[in-house]
Amino acid sequence: METALSVTVGCFFAISVYLLLSKHVIRIMLGVGVLGNAVNLLIFTNGRLLREVPPIIAPGMSTPAMEIANPLPQALVLTAIVISFSLFAFMLVLAFRAYQSLGTDDTDGMRVAEPADEKLPPLGY
Amino acid sequence: MEQSSDALTFFALLLPFAAAAVAPLATRLMGHRAAWLLALAPALIFLHFTTFLDEVSSGATITAGYAWIPALGVDFAWLIDGLSLTFALLITGIGALIVLYSGGYLKGHEHQGRFFSFILLFMGAMLGLVVSDNFLMLFVFWELTSITSFLLIGFDHRREASRRAAIQALAVTGLGGLSLLAGLLVVAGVTGEMSLSGLLGSGGAMRDSALYATALVLLLGGAFTKSAQFPFHFWLPNAMEAPTPVSAYLHSATMVKAGVYLVMRLNPAMGDTVMWATILPLFGGATLLVGGVLAVRQTDLKLMLAYTTVASLGLLVMLTGLGSEHAVAAAALYLVAHSMFKGALFMVAGVIDHEAGTRDVTKVGGLRRLMPVTASAAMLAAISMGGLPPMFGFLAKEEIYYATAGATPWLILVTLAALAGNALMFAVGFAVAIKPFFGVERETPKHAHEGPVLLWLGPLALAVAGVATALFSNVVHVLVSSPMATAIGGIPAEITISVVPHIGVPLALSLLTIVAGVAIYRSIDRLREMIAGMLAAIGWGPDRGFDQAIRGLIRASAAITSAIHHGRMDVYMGVTFTATAVALFAPMIVYGELPAWPAFPDLPFYEWTIIIIALIGLAAIVIAKDRLTAIVSLGIQGFAVAVIFMLLGAPDLSFTQFMVETLSVVILALVMTRLRLDPTDHRPLGEKLLDMAIAGTCGLGFTLMLLRVTQGTFDRTLSDFFEQWSYTIAHGRNIVNVILVDFRGVDTLGEIAVVMIAGLAILALIRIRPRAVPEPKPGPEL
Amino acid sequence: MRTVIFGSIAPYLTSLMVLFSVFVLLRGHNEPGGGFIGGLIAASAFAIYGIACGVSPVRRALRFHPMAISGAGLLTSALSGLVSLGYATPFLTGLWAPEGFMGIEFAFSSVLFFDIGVYLVVVGSITSIALALEERESD
Repeated sequence: METALSVTVGCFFAISVYLLLSKHVIRIMLGVGVLGNAVNLLIFTNGRLLREVPPIIAPGMSTPAMEIANPLPQALVLTAIVISFSLFAFMLVLAFRAYQSLGTDDTDGMRVAEPADEKLPPLGY
Repeated sequence: MEQSSDALTFFALLLPFAAAAVAPLATRLMGHRAAWLLALAPALIFLHFTTFLDEVSSGATITAGYAWIPALGVDFAWLIDGLSLTFALLITGIGALIVLYSGGYLKGHEHQGRFFSFILLFMGAMLGLVVSDNFLMLFVFWELTSITSFLLIGFDHRREASRRAAIQALAVTGLGGLSLLAGLLVVAGVTGEMSLSGLLGSGGAMRDSALYATALVLLLGGAFTKSAQFPFHFWLPNAMEAPTPVSAYLHSATMVKAGVYLVMRLNPAMGDTVMWATILPLFGGATLLVGGVLAVRQTDLKLMLAYTTVASLGLLVMLTGLGSEHAVAAAALYLVAHSMFKGALFMVAGVIDHEAGTRDVTKVGGLRRLMPVTASAAMLAAISMGGLPPMFGFLAKEEIYYATAGATPWLILVTLAALAGNALMFAVGFAVAIKPFFGVERETPKHAHEGPVLLWLGPLALAVAGVATALFSNVVHVLVSSPMATAIGGIPAEITISVVPHIGVPLALSLLTIVAGVAIYRSIDRLREMIAGMLAAIGWGPDRGFDQAIRGLIRASAAITSAIHHGRMDVYMGVTFTATAVALFAPMIVYGELPAWPAFPDLPFYEWTIIIIALIGLAAIVIAKDRLTAIVSLGIQGFAVAVIFMLLGAPDLSFTQFMVETLSVVILALVMTRLRLDPTDHRPLGEKLLDMAIAGTCGLGFTLMLLRVTQGTFDRTLSDFFEQWSYTIAHGRNIVNVILVDFRGVDTLGEIAVVMIAGLAILALIRIRPRAVPEPKPGPEL
Repeated sequence: MRTVIFGSIAPYLTSLMVLFSVFVLLRGHNEPGGGFIGGLIAASAFAIYGIACGVSPVRRALRFHPMAISGAGLLTSALSGLVSLGYATPFLTGLWAPEGFMGIEFAFSSVLFFDIGVYLVVVGSITSIALALEERESD
């Protein structure tokens, strides 16, 4: 299972990087969305996999009776999902406002902070 | 007794800083009369240091201090011997007079309090510098004097010339300070000593080291920039943009002597080598001549004095480099004499400027009757500067000629340099003291009259001190000069010279100096034009070089910035992910940690199905022709991931992922449908292939890394801990939830704070009204 | 999206989902569930309500501004951590009331309040985002 997921994770990363490298904000946003999943799966797989045994202690026991799925990466990924969603929403709105202000979704056109023909700073004292 | 004396010294070193803190308040309450109160601080410190005279003159060296940062070997430790004591007395004694003088000079200035504060800060820094024993403490105070000097030169910050001079001084002396630090660290590395007293006690360890030349060049880099040695002399005349009290105090009497102090201090441990005896006289002599010649060219009183200061500093370095008994004695005497007469002359120049409204030597004249006290102070100081009896300057000059008189070619060269320099200084000194006060009375911008007591007290006191020290030279020699020469030379020295001239070579050289000086004085106007013509012919100097360097620096920074921050997002991303790919592959290849070829996974069919659905979703995102397809595809891969979580025993993750993907698709749809955008890819094919290569390499890198990691051993310590204690001490059966809300509660608290901040930020982004793109402001014309 | 059927069913769907989210929140300590998941379910409920019936009914139904709910959640979580100060234990140490508090078999603990805080933050923030975006849709 780890092998299969490793390859899957690689595909997730490849697609998200390819999308991030594009010049269109929409595609970059889609790339961010995929990147979140890629990272989550990466962490999850790193913690080793075990099928269908959730990390829950059965009633009446004080410790798990059998081997259970590793709870630690699950806890990490759970918060990561929520936070990456918040970040995704924020970037989406940011991109939306940038499009409204600048009238383009091409990153080459979004150069207010670093204009192409930037002048030299003042040379006096 | 010893303890209380140490504590007193400690407080004496801190007192200037305390005085600097109260200065603005005192000035607001008392106006310029606050000078009388504030001058008490240096006066008290002066008195405190006089108590050491007795002990030090009997040959003792006082070292004491407190641990400051013991882990780094930094102590707040001081070293008081003849050298540092003389400096401390000069700094505080002249300092007290300067504070009074500033009270009169800047009377009514809106920032007088600030000025007092700066000058007292400087005093504290300078005092700390000369008494520091620890290397790092020395460096800290060294840089502090550079910074306070920057503040004082730029005091009149509304003028560009002031700002330029301030930046120039800071750049030159600050860089020198770094060189000094490097030199000190080399010395510390070689000798294992972090203190001057330790270095002085280490004998010839430094001289014999292979790193001697490195350390010497670095240390001299600090000393030469601070003491304005050629070719770093240019900042000092520019520093005359500062108010005159600053010029008198920092740029003649004290700060610029810090470099000389350092050279003198290091002489016993690092002097007496061929390198030392070549570099120092060479640079010192060059500085002496350049300073003297350029001084003649000036008409501004302050600039004339500034260039003679450069010349004097050169002379001091030259003498220290010679290192003979007489040379060391001459350096000690000349340093003290110079501080007194040059400080006095600067203050006189300031008084003329203040009362007559100009300090151009060709525009003033006949002020003698209007300003008799100032005129007499000026005359006394000039006599001392010219090296005539019965002044302290005379003793110094006689001793100089004792030191240089010799028959070797080297010494003859040095003598000639000293002769020429002294003659030039003689002429300029008298030009400053005579031209404004004698001759025909000229019309000046302001109606000149004698200044208030605060203005003439300082110059007069220093000028009179020049006579008194010469007349009672036996006492001064015992208490000050001899211990100082001892400290510089490293061997007990006794100075006996007095105002009574002895027949011999030195006296003949003195007479020759006077003749030459008078000749220069008489033809000073013609010489001035000649030198100006020569300089115009050369056309370039270090001062202009500084401007070019700064301009080059700005141009280079702008070029580098625009090369790195070119503003093209896709290139930023490309670089980032290329670096990511390198970071993934390089360690695996370098450490030979590539994963073994895995067996083909044996999965139940439904797991294959889910993985294939995820991959189809991914592919569909990339090739989607319209945005709705792309969004739905994003949802598909997200739900597939949720199912994978479910199959692998993570129901919590699965639920969360389902909800989040749903919401993502909803908000994406909400936003995207409002944008009239074309989601297809317009990149040219070459660019696409390059991006695919980068993306593919990254993906492969992650796959290989993950394979390698999962093939390795796994440390379950933390997981076991959580599994064991989740119910027993945290009373929860859902271990994931227990980790989130109990074991790692603080993390979760931070995470929900992030979620909330993201919510607030989005709200703010949505609420602001979109505005038109601002036109970029046109840059300033070059 | 404002169809009659969806519009009529949405309030009921929303109330059911909110009820379910509270259930998920409270069982979270022992069964799958918890503050994050519960919060997301409730937030989706409000988002659905907003899509179906417009944003103003949702805002009226919520009574408070969603960000205020979120702030209250963060405060609850932080305060539940501060309770441990009273027992001279480190910040956020879990504390349990004795079994059978007020005669009911119920795990009454500071951890529960912490999880409720998480729930409220997630509900508030995400509802706020969703509603803000929907509002732009409708204007």
